[in-house]
This record gives sequence, C-alpha cells and structure tokens, in this order.
Amino acid sequence: MQFLKLIWRGALRHKLRTGLTVTGLVVAILSFGLLQTIVDAWYAGANAAAPNRLVTRNAVSLVFPMPINYREKIRAVPGVQAVAAANWFGGTYRDTTMRNFFPQFAVDAVSYFAMYPEYRIDPDAFHAFLRDRKGVVVGRKLADTHGFRVGDPIPLKGTIFPGDWEFTVRAIYDPGESTTDTSAMFFHFDYLNETLKRRSPRRADRVGVFVVAIDDVSRAAEVSHAIDELFRNSTAETLTETERAFQIGFAKQTEAIVVAIRLVSFVVIAIILAVMANTMAMTARERTAEYATLKAIGFQPAYVAGLILGESLAIACIGAALGIALTFPIGEWFSAQMGTLFPVFEVSQGTVALQVVCALIVGLAAAALPMRRAAKVRIVDGLRAIG
Amino acid sequence: MKAIPIAYSLRNLWTRRLTTVLTAGGMALVVFVFAAVLMLDAGLRAALVATGQPDNVLVTRRASGTEVQSAVERTQAAIVESAPGVATGADGRPLVSKETVVLITLPKRGTGVLTNITTRGIGPAGLALRPQVRIVAGHMLRFGTDEIVVGRSISERFDRAGLGDRLRFGGREWTIVGVFDAGGSAFDSEVWGDSEQLMQSFRRQAFSSVVLRVANVNGFDAFRDALESDPRLPVEVKRERTFYEEQSKTMSTFISYLGLTLSVIFSIGALIGAMITMYAAVANRTAEIGALRALGFRRGSILLAFLAESLLLAVLGWIIGLALASLMQWVHISTMNWQSFSELAFSFALTPRIVLSSLAFAIVMGLAGGVLPALRAARLQIVDALRAA
Repeated sequence: MQFLKLIWRGALRHKLRTGLTVTGLVVAILSFGLLQTIVDAWYAGANAAAPNRLVTRNAVSLVFPMPINYREKIRAVPGVQAVAAANWFGGTYRDTTMRNFFPQFAVDAVSYFAMYPEYRIDPDAFHAFLRDRKGVVVGRKLADTHGFRVGDPIPLKGTIFPGDWEFTVRAIYDPGESTTDTSAMFFHFDYLNETLKRRSPRRADRVGVFVVAIDDVSRAAEVSHAIDELFRNSTAETLTETERAFQIGFAKQTEAIVVAIRLVSFVVIAIILAVMANTMAMTARERTAEYATLKAIGFQPAYVAGLILGESLAIACIGAALGIALTFPIGEWFSAQMGTLFPVFEVSQGTVALQVVCALIVGLAAAALPMRRAAKVRIVDGLRAIG
Repeated sequence: MKAIPIAYSLRNLWTRRLTTVLTAGGMALVVFVFAAVLMLDAGLRAALVATGQPDNVLVTRRASGTEVQSAVERTQAAIVESAPGVATGADGRPLVSKETVVLITLPKRGTGVLTNITTRGIGPAGLALRPQVRIVAGHMLRFGTDEIVVGRSISERFDRAGLGDRLRFGGREWTIVGVFDAGGSAFDSEVWGDSEQLMQSFRRQAFSSVVLRVANVNGFDAFRDALESDPRLPVEVKRERTFYEEQSKTMSTFISYLGLTLSVIFSIGALIGAMITMYAAVANRTAEIGALRALGFRRGSILLAFLAESLLLAVLGWIIGLALASLMQWVHISTMNWQSFSELAFSFALTPRIVLSSLAFAIVMGLAGGVLPALRAARLQIVDALRAA
C-alpha cells in the first residue's frame, strides 16, 4: 500500500512533466492505433470474402473481358451452385478527385445479390430496383457520403464505357457484418450490355469477372481447376480463385505502401519510447540522493528499482488508456472524413491488444536504465549526487 | 546586452548526454519520417515526369483517363498521323507511334505475387520518340516478329523475365531479346512489343493511344485545338508530360496527405520531448541561472541561451534524421499505381528543397519546444533562484 502511494506521489511530483509525457503517450498510442486500423482497412476486402465464393477472370489480366456465354458453361460445372456476371464500370461522379470516387459494378442482379446475403436490402426496395432498368443499389456508407436517397439520380461519365450514363437510386443496402463494404454501387448488367449493343456493338456481351458460388467449400480448388480446364486453349483462358485470394491479390500489389505504414507505426512507438525514457532518466537522476537515503535506512535495491518501474508503468498505462479510449471516436471521425476511400474502417480487438502491448513495452524499456543505475548506486555516491 | 557564450549551452548538452541523445533521437526520427515522405513523393513525381518528353504529345480517347482504357480507331489514328504540325524523323517519316497498351500479370520474384504489368505495343518510331530509353542488354525488337524487350525494373523483379526468356500471353509465346533502361521513368516497369503483333494476338481492332512529336513546341495549343475540334476525332490531346503528371496524382496526393498527417502527429511527440528536457534543464539549473543574473546577464540573454540549447538539440536531431533519410535513396519502392492499375517502380529522391524544408521543420520544432521553458528561465527572480540551491 505504502509502495503504491510512493509511486503515485512520485508520478505527481512534477505535474507538468508527467502531464506532457502522458500527452505524448496518448498521441503515440492513438496514432499507432489509427495506422494499424488503416492497414486492416487495406485488407478489408479479403476479410469480407466468403469461402464459398470463387472469382473467375481472364487469365491475361483483369482488363481483358470474357464472352458472356461462359456464364452458362460455368453453371454446368459440377459443384457450381450459381454464377453472376460482374463488370467494373469505372465511371466518374462529378470529377476525378479521390473524394468523389466510388466503385460501380454492373451485375446480374438477382443471382449476384443471392450470393451476397451480407448485403441487407429491404425486399420492397429490391423489387423496385429489379423493375427499373436504370435503377441502382447503393451502400449505406456511399449514400451517407454523398447524401443519396431513394429516387435520387446519379449521373456518371464513363471512362471505360464512354459517354454519359444516368442512374436512379432504388435501394440502399446495409451491412450484415462489421466487415461488409457498403461503399459500392450496383446496377443491372443488362442495362450496360443493351446500351453497348447500340453504342459500340463490338464491346457488348463481354464480362469482366464471374462470381461463382459453390456447394462445398472444401472443393473450391477442384471446382476452380475444372472451370479453368473448360476454357483452356480458348481465345479467353480463365483464372479462377477464391474470392479471398482475388482480394488479397489486389492488396498485395500495393503492399509497399502497407509495409511503409506498418513501419511508420512502429517508428511512432520508438519516438515515444525516447520521450518516455528521457522522462524516467531525468526523474531518476534528480532523485538519486533520495534513493540513496531509502537504501541507507534499509530498503533493498529491488524496492528502489520497483519504485522507478512502477512510476514508469503507471504513466505508460494512463497514457495508453486515454489513447485507446480516444482511438474510437477519432477513428470514426477520420473514417467520415475519408469518405468511401476506406470502405471498412473498424478498430479491431487485435489493434487494441497491440496498443496495450506497445504501452507496456514502452513503460518497461523506459525504466530499464534508470532502474539499473538506482539499484547499483552506492549510498555514499548517491547522497553526494546533485541533479 | 551581453550574450551568454554558446559554449555554455553546448557544455550543458554534453553534461546530460543520455537526455540529449534521447531528445535528439526522438527529433531525428521525426525529421526522418518527414524527409522520407517528401523524398518518396519527389521520387514518384521524378519517375513520372521523366517519362514524358517536353515535345511529345499523347492522343487518347476523350475522358478515358488512362491509356489502358483508351481506344483510338485505325482511321482516327491515320488522321492524327497526317495532321499538320507533326515532326518528321531522320528517315523522312512522321515521328508517330501508334500504340497498344494492355495489362498482363506476372509473378513477382521471391513473393510470387501476381502483378499487373503495362505491356506496350509500339510503332517503328516508338524508340526514337523516347530518347531516355537505351537498350542495355541484347538488342531492340524487330518489328513483325514475336520479339519483345523489357524494362530493367521488370527484368530485375520478375521471374522468367530475363534476356532470352520466353513469356506467354495473348495466346502465344514471346521472346525477350533485349533489356532497356529508361532512366528511372515509368517505362522501366513496362514490357514493349510490336504494336501490330500485340493487336493481333489480343484481337484488338483499335489502338490505345497515339504518341507523336510536334515540330514546334510552342505550336502545341494550336495543334491540340485543331485535333480536338475535328468532328471525326473523339480524342483528347495532351502533352506527354502533363499526362504522366496526372497519372501520379492520386498516389502523390495520398502520399503527401499521409505524410503531412504523420509529420504533424509525430512533431507533437517530439515537441513534448524537447519541452520535457528543457523544463528539466531549467529546473535543475535554477541556482545557476540566479548566479548568471547576479553576474549581470539580462533576462534576454538567459532566454537566448536556453533557446540556443533547444535549437542545438533540434539541429542535432536534423543532422541525424537527414543522414538516415539520405540512406533511403538506395531503396526502391515498387507498387501498383492506382490510376494506371499497373506496376510502377520508383525510388526516394533527396532534393535540396527537402534538405531545407526539413531543416526549417526541425528549427520550428526546437523553437516551439524551447520557448516556454526558456521564458520560465528568464522570468526567475534573482533572489528566489539563488535561494533554490
């Protein structure tokens, strides 16, 4: 009890210094948490992937399409439950800035949404969408970002499919799970295809990817192989992989950035370690005479070292607690500012655990040198010392 | 007003070595991050700006944004080719390259990550239009064959992409007969083949873009207006340099926003570190300050001495941080450029501007961290200070 009281009094002795150190820790733990969450958001697509979904694309690369008749051929492969065509539309809304960017897909509406039960749509609204050829379904986050409401028009300028395109919001989908991306817009593949038949017939009846639902998750590799075999030596050979592998493929290509962010998030911990170690070194140096006194009246070196460790850990823990508490509201604010750039931005339990571990390491490491010094100092030298 | 010798500040830093090293170390890390982010952005811009030649012009379909999404029909390309104002080469033919740009995927060496690679079909004038491109191994591809040449970054980073290797895409095999160096530009991350051959194997009817040189750089505006107002041509005409600058926009914005945010957050940490150190320095030396005042030094001198100490810490941090950052120049980054959706390799570039702005950043940190403690030191009453000992 007395030990704890001593630690507490020690921590409060220089209120300004302790206050500054805690502030530094809060900033560091907070930014560490946010950076880790950004890294998580990078892999959000992969985390949201369901194990029973495969993605078939052209083997050369994603920019090459496949003929629409592949849809029926894939459906006939044993183990395949359903197939839906999906095309990346790549239209620009308002202008080409990052703020106004959001993904748009032309999909076989009925079969596609049946495969994605995590997109929660009101059945009536969904029927309204099915009845409207130019109708679209938008995600909750996208709707909130741009203020889209049911009935609103969305004009897009095509980059891949030239010209102006008009859409009308018919439904808004809500996330079924915390990892569900609600920043996308979906519309009817048929609308795209019919329009292309008029505007540029050569580009019609072509599909970017097929999403394939399978019966048995354990046979994913087998079914993928069977699909690719089907089109071997054709003009458009395919590459089929699980949705997760497909999404990770995207994230992997920008891995250098993820590595940089990870690195930076550990640099911030190193910086705060330097600050914290500095505080503890100064504290211990100033109190060398006191530690010598404690030893002189019979306290063990371990007791003195414990005082320093306790104070360091106490400051680290207060800083960490505040930092973690702030991570959630600030993360929410950040996510709102970024709009649809990070479709899923959620502070995970793993991140919080990492924050705690980092704070403990900082607390321990900062105390290490001063502890050794204080425990080792000879009473005579200590009593003579000046700060 | 008599100034306190700078040696006083220097000696104080030396006496408290551990604290000095820790504070300067914290600042060094902040300077390092600040400089590294600016260097990354500068490197990215340098790579993409070096890609465009000042007198080259790129013609793409209107509103397509990237070459991969663009399509220019043969008839349209022919009109562009014969437009007045196009420069002619040494052989008397117009300096025009009708290009086919597609993406293929190759596994990265080591990790095996399938990566999108820009594959460019060029016309016979393609090489002449890019004087920064030099063949460093093997020879240039012969037109009308299955020969291809690859950029240096590709041959270094990808499996089976060396001289003499064969790549399979578009339903046929291609032989790598040469490796080229494009001076760190985006072309270093590309594969080049014969435009007509690529069109055939990918069953394309249209080119992706037309690259040409204008005879008179100053006549560019007139040249662009003439082409863009031609009702037969749904095209966009841009200087090659402008086009590639736009290609780096998303990535560059992302890097600078992220860098700015990080620098601000980190500098708060370093500021706090500097403040703690300086407050402690003042508190420990209260008696000393009193003695200095008693000797006749004015409040201003005391203020300056402590500010100088804080600045010295910051400059020390700057030197260490910048030294660390300059080592990053040997690091190459390769990532996917979101706009072109394909692999792009670039390196950290240290420019004089970055050296200066990181120095300014460090000085501001030192001043901001030192000013409050220095004020406290200057405000001490002589009698109280002397009694504190």
